[in-house]
Amino acid sequence: MHEGLPVNSWAAFAYLIAGACFILALRGLSSPASSQRGNRLGIVGMAIAVVTTLVTHVPPMQAVPGLDFAGGFNVDAVTVIEILVAIAIGAAIGLTTARKIAMTDMPQLVAAFHSLVGMAAVLVAGAAFLNPGAFGIAADGVIFAQSRIEMGLGVAIGAITFSGSVIAFLKLNGNMGGKPIMLPGRHVINLGVLAGILGLIAWFTQDQSPWIFWTVTGLSFAIGFLLIIPIGGADMPVVVSMLNSYSGWAAAAMGFTLHNTAMIITGALVGSSGAILSYIMCRAMNRSFISVIAGGFGGDTAGGAAAAATDRPWKRGSAEDAAFLMQQAEQVIIVPGYGMAVAQAQHVLREMGDKLKEHGVRVKYAIHPVAGRMPGHMNVLLAEANVPYDEVFELEDINSEFAQTDVAFVIGANDVTNPAAKTDKSSPIYGMPVLDVEKAKTVLFVKRSMGGVGYAGVDNDVFYMDNTMMLLADAKKMVEEIVKSLD
Amino acid sequence: MDFISILSIFVMACFVGYYVVWSVTPALHTPLMAVTNAISSVIIVGALIAAAAVGLGSGGATSKWLGLLAVVLASVNIFGGFAVTARMLAMYKKKAR
Repeated sequence: MHEGLPVNSWAAFAYLIAGACFILALRGLSSPASSQRGNRLGIVGMAIAVVTTLVTHVPPMQAVPGLDFAGGFNVDAVTVIEILVAIAIGAAIGLTTARKIAMTDMPQLVAAFHSLVGMAAVLVAGAAFLNPGAFGIAADGVIFAQSRIEMGLGVAIGAITFSGSVIAFLKLNGNMGGKPIMLPGRHVINLGVLAGILGLIAWFTQDQSPWIFWTVTGLSFAIGFLLIIPIGGADMPVVVSMLNSYSGWAAAAMGFTLHNTAMIITGALVGSSGAILSYIMCRAMNRSFISVIAGGFGGDTAGGAAAAATDRPWKRGSAEDAAFLMQQAEQVIIVPGYGMAVAQAQHVLREMGDKLKEHGVRVKYAIHPVAGRMPGHMNVLLAEANVPYDEVFELEDINSEFAQTDVAFVIGANDVTNPAAKTDKSSPIYGMPVLDVEKAKTVLFVKRSMGGVGYAGVDNDVFYMDNTMMLLADAKKMVEEIVKSLD
Repeated sequence: MDFISILSIFVMACFVGYYVVWSVTPALHTPLMAVTNAISSVIIVGALIAAAAVGLGSGGATSKWLGLLAVVLASVNIFGGFAVTARMLAMYKKKAR
């Protein structure tokens, strides 16, 4: 066992406090009421970690021979200025982005942020490899074997996080089609590259040659890219959560290298958080994690099954019909999907809800876990439109209510309402938990046209039911007209 | 600190993470991702160590620049992550009575 960093015990204590602040930050998110305090605690934790590092590393780590620490406050002004400028540049970019970003673009932003964590991990691992003495992980330039494993894993996970997140960003941002890109023999290639990375890290413990370290880095960039390109648009909520998890494990691996409790605690928290969110997303789509990773599901193109089915009879309604039906209702459940966000209809939808409430109608919102492009996305969009969060319900909390509901108003959602998931074993979405909208007395289904199908490329029986009225129009225009008719 | 102590902290933190994250309300899953993003940038600690180190040969200088670049990237995340989380959380309001 080696000595690790020469940090004094109060610094170790400060890092522990920072770690505890991060735990409390996540704990705060158990309810919207406590969440803002939680976020502030997170900021406090980060400030503690940064200040502790600066105080312990800028003056005394200047281990210039002959310069005694006790001899004065030897802060290297140039170093301090360099660091502060670096932080200021980052802060300016970060704050501007955070202020400007539209809530619909949140998945892209999160993917972009993940890529930065991944890149930062790669850079830190690279820096530690080039100057191990500064990190206290080497004796006479020879890096301890254990540190080499930690560093190798850190750089590998960081690089995978980076390139994977870049691809996820390009797909979510529309720079790259959502269609899965399938390379022939990709499973063999991927497994080969992964085995190569692990083999090289094992070799790295015996041989500290730079080429091994940089090859591990290069291969990891490549595998992150290869892993994400075959994954289709519909699986992006899982991918974003998974990359969230990776960014945590990368931080944890670097925490092991630096023997830093704040980094280890954070890494474990973030790693488990991303893993749990991936699990929740997979369960919501009834897909196994392995099949998501294997890729190929949910492109832009629809399957052939849906095309023939559109000859079935269906009823078309107008905005006036919809307004009349909802005005008479006792309870209306609104089921929003990503299409609502694309049409930017959330604000006018909230207006419609307000109008209905004026007419004495009870209005609730039902959210499917994969309604948006990332976990909880729809909730944020509704919150942005000033929908009170106590009117918004998760699938398991509201599904039993559809049977006693007069109107289910589906807007921009499709697959998540498809009863085939419950009955048709041949359906690609069979087994996926869905919202039981068909049990409501009337279903109002806002949709652009009858031709299109959801991500899974399957037809929805709800369109053709006797109690369904299709409202074919742009979601925003339709809701605007309904609002007018409600006056 | 020896490896086993560090590993113990890590394993315990995984359990804490498991229970804490399951208690997060699904309505706040997007802010959860944004804030975990911000806190995972605690990797800035490693970046600062590299940036503050005095050069030891040619590797030291490169190491310092890699560190400074990592400080920039991690700072984008820290400031951006916490700010965007705060912005989202401020939107969640209860029914006005």
